Amino acid sequence: MITRRVSRFLDSRLGAAKFVRSALNHVFPDHWSFMLGEVALYCFVILVITGTYLALFFHASSEKVIYHGSYAPLVGQKISAAYGSALHISLDVPAGLLIRQMHHWAADIFVWAIIAHIARIYFTAAYRKPRELNWLIGLTLLVLALVNGFFGYSMLDDLLSGTGLRVGYAILISVPVIGPWLTYLFMGGTVPNPETLPRMFALHIFLVPALIAGLLVLHLGMIWRQMHTNYPGPKRTNQTIVGSRLWPSYTAKSLGLLLLVFGVVAALGGFAQIDPVWIYGPYDPAATMAGAQPDWYLGWVEGAMRLFPGVNLRLGHWLVPEVFFPAVLMPSLVFLALYLYPFVEKLFSIDEGDQNVLRMPYEQPVKTALGVAVFTFMLVLLTAGGDDIIAVSTGRSVIQLRTLLRILVFVAPVTAAILTYFVCVRLRTRKAASDALAETTDVLHRRKSVEETRRLEPELLLPAPPGGVPELSSDEPRSA
Amino acid sequence: MNNGEEQRGSGLGAFLELGWSLLRFFSRLLRFLGAVVARVLPAKVVTTEIPESGRDADLPMESEAQIESRERTGSVLVVGSFTVAILGGVGFVFFYWTGAISTAMLGGSLAVFLGGMGFTLVLWARWMMVHKEAVEPREQLKSSPIERESTTEAFCGGARDVRRRRLLKWMGLGGAGVLASMLVTLLRSLGISPDNSLYSHVWKGGQRLVTLDGKPVSLSSLRPGSTVTVFPEDKVGSERAQTVLIRVKEELLQLPQERSTWAPSGYLAYSRVCTHAGCPVGEYEAEQSLLLCPCHQSTFDVLRAAAPTGGPAARALPQLPLYADADGTLRAGGGFSEPPGPGFWGILS
Repeated sequence: MITRRVSRFLDSRLGAAKFVRSALNHVFPDHWSFMLGEVALYCFVILVITGTYLALFFHASSEKVIYHGSYAPLVGQKISAAYGSALHISLDVPAGLLIRQMHHWAADIFVWAIIAHIARIYFTAAYRKPRELNWLIGLTLLVLALVNGFFGYSMLDDLLSGTGLRVGYAILISVPVIGPWLTYLFMGGTVPNPETLPRMFALHIFLVPALIAGLLVLHLGMIWRQMHTNYPGPKRTNQTIVGSRLWPSYTAKSLGLLLLVFGVVAALGGFAQIDPVWIYGPYDPAATMAGAQPDWYLGWVEGAMRLFPGVNLRLGHWLVPEVFFPAVLMPSLVFLALYLYPFVEKLFSIDEGDQNVLRMPYEQPVKTALGVAVFTFMLVLLTAGGDDIIAVSTGRSVIQLRTLLRILVFVAPVTAAILTYFVCVRLRTRKAASDALAETTDVLHRRKSVEETRRLEPELLLPAPPGGVPELSSDEPRSA
Repeated sequence: MNNGEEQRGSGLGAFLELGWSLLRFFSRLLRFLGAVVARVLPAKVVTTEIPESGRDADLPMESEAQIESRERTGSVLVVGSFTVAILGGVGFVFFYWTGAISTAMLGGSLAVFLGGMGFTLVLWARWMMVHKEAVEPREQLKSSPIERESTTEAFCGGARDVRRRRLLKWMGLGGAGVLASMLVTLLRSLGISPDNSLYSHVWKGGQRLVTLDGKPVSLSSLRPGSTVTVFPEDKVGSERAQTVLIRVKEELLQLPQERSTWAPSGYLAYSRVCTHAGCPVGEYEAEQSLLLCPCHQSTFDVLRAAAPTGGPAARALPQLPLYADADGTLRAGGGFSEPPGPGFWGILS
C-alpha cells in the first residue's frame, strides 16, 4: 500500500518507473571474485562514517599543549595538540578507540581489497574493450587510497608518524627540479613545521576523499552502463550477461556482504590493536623508533629504499638524490606500466569489438607470468621493508640479509614467472584435453537422449512429413 | 637400476613435479572446503530457460515437501541469526551506558550485531529465495552510425551558429589563462617557494655547542668513544640543527687535509640528520667508529668525515668545524659543510 503510494508520488514527479524497473532487473554475475570491489566500496563507506566521527575530535595542530588526560606517563608533559587529541580520542572518548581502530583497519582492508580487485581484473583480462577507462579510474583510486592512507597515519604526530613524515619529506623533496617547490607547497617547509599538519588534514578529510567519491561514482556508473563481464561458461557470450537480478537476490547478497564487512571491521577494531599512539609516545625531533615501518601498503617503497645502493646522480651543480630512484622513479614506472597495460596488450592482440567474456589466467601464460613476476617483485620489496626486524628475530646480520634480498629481487620474479608460465601451459593443455573429452561425452549424451526421446515421444522429433507441415487454421478443428 | 636413475629425472623436472602436486593438493583442499560450505549454504539455482540438452535437465527440481522443509529450516536459521544480532546490538548500548566500556566489548558486540545482520541476510538469500539464473542480451554500447553522425552534426551545427567564433575562442583562452594564473597566485600564499632555511648551513661561527638541557660542552666533557647530542645556543631542540658530537682518539683520525683543524682533541661534530631520508642518526658503534641510522641502516665512518660505508645513503653527513676557546669551551668554527638533511636538486649549489 505504502509502496504503491510512494511509487505513484515519485513517478508522477520524476517519471522514474521505467528506469527503476530496468534497474531492478539489472543482471549481476554471481562469482565471488566480483565481490572484491564491493568490499573496497563498503570499506570506503566505513571510512567516511568513522572518519567524520573522528574529525569532530581531532585537532590538526602542532601547537604545544600540556597533557591532562588519563594516560599517566604523559600527564603534565608538553605535547602537540594533534597528538593530545589523538590520545583523547583513544583513551578518554567513550568508544573513541573503537572508532579509531575501525577507521585504521578499514583503511588497511580498503587498500587490500583494491589490490585484490585489480589483480582479479588483470588476471582475468577484464580490462579489455570497452572497459579500459574503468581500469584507469581504478588505478587512480588505488593511488589516492595509498596517498590518503599515508596522510591518515602521519597526522597523529606520534613518534612513528613523525618518522614517516620525515621519510615522506625526503621522498617529495628528492624530485628533480620541482621537488623543493612541491615540498613547500604540500608540507609548508622543512619538517617539522606548523603548516604541515593542517595541510595534510585538509587533504585527508576533504580533497582526497572527494576525489575518491567522485571517481567511485564514475567507476560504478560505467560498470552499470557496460554491465559486468562473465567468466566463460555455458550461455556466456559477448552478447549476453548471466547472473542474478538486482532485485531481490543480488540486493540481499550485497547488503549481506556490506554488513559482514562492517562486522569484520568492528571485530578487528574491537579486538586487534592497531597504531597504539600512546605507546609510541609523542614526536621527538631527536628520536627515532627502532624498527619503524610504514603501513604495509607502502612497505614496498620502503623496501626499495633500503635495497637501492647508495648511488646518486650529480649533474654539475645539481643533484638527483639516491631516494629518488627507488621511491619516486620505481613506483612511477610500476604505475605507468599498469596504466598503459591494456593499450600495450591491444597492440599484440587480434581481438576486435567488445570483450565481455573473461579469460582464465592459464589461457594467457605470458601475461599471467608477467603479473606473477610483478607480485613477486613487490613481495620481495615488502620483505625488504622489514629486513631489520627479520634480521633481529632470526639472529642474522642485516647486511647479509640485504645482500640476499638484492639478489632475490631480480631472481625471484624471473623464477616465479618461468614456473607460472609452465604451470599455465600445463593447465591449458589439460583443459583442452578435458574439454575435448567433455565434447565427445556430450555428443554421445545428446545422441542418447535424442534416441530416448524418439522412443518415448516420437512426434517431437519426427522430421516433417512429406508434403510439408499442414497449416492449422483457427476455425478448423484439430485432428487428434 | 637404470630405470631408477631415469625416474628421478632432472632437478628442475622434479621441482616442477613437486610444485604441480602441491598445487593439485591445494586445489582439492579448496574444492573440499567449498563442498562443505555448499552443504551449509545450499544455493538453489533454477534455470529459467528451456534446457537445451539432456544434461541441463538434470538440475534438481524440488518437490513441494522439499520446499516446505527447506523453508522451515531456513526460517529457524534466519530467526536464530537475527536474534543473536539483536542481542549484540542491545549489548553494545548496554556496555556503553553502564560505563563498563572496554574497546573489546564494544567492538565485539558491534561486530555481533553487524555481522549477525549480514549473516541473516545471507542465510535468507540462500535458504528462502529461489535463485533464477537470468540470461539477458547485452545492449550494444556503440550507437548507430546515423546516431553518431547526427550528434556530431548537432554539436558542430550549434557551434556554427555562433557568430565571431574566433573572437569567442580567444576570449575563452584568455579567460582560462587569467584564471589559471590567479589560482597559481593564490598557491603562492601557501609559501611554495623554498626559503633560506632549506639552504642554510644552520650554525654560525663562534656559537657554543650546548646539550639539550642548555649546558655548554667543553674539551673535558667526553671520554674517547662517547657521544652527545648538541645544538647551537639559539636553536636548542631544533630538528635541523641537531648535531652529534663524538670524541675519538686523535691519532685515528683520517680527515681530509682541508678539515684537519676541524676536530680539536679528537672532538668531531656531524649533522645528526641522515642525508638519506632524514631520520636522526642515533646510534654510535664505538668499536668500528660508525654512526648508524636506525631507519634504513645506513652507516657513516666518523673517522673519515662521516663518509657513507654501507646502506642506502650516498652522501656524507655534513661536518661542523670546531675549535676550543681560551677556557676550553667548544665552539663552531662556521656552518655545516653542506646544508643538513636529505638531498635535493639544488643542495650542492
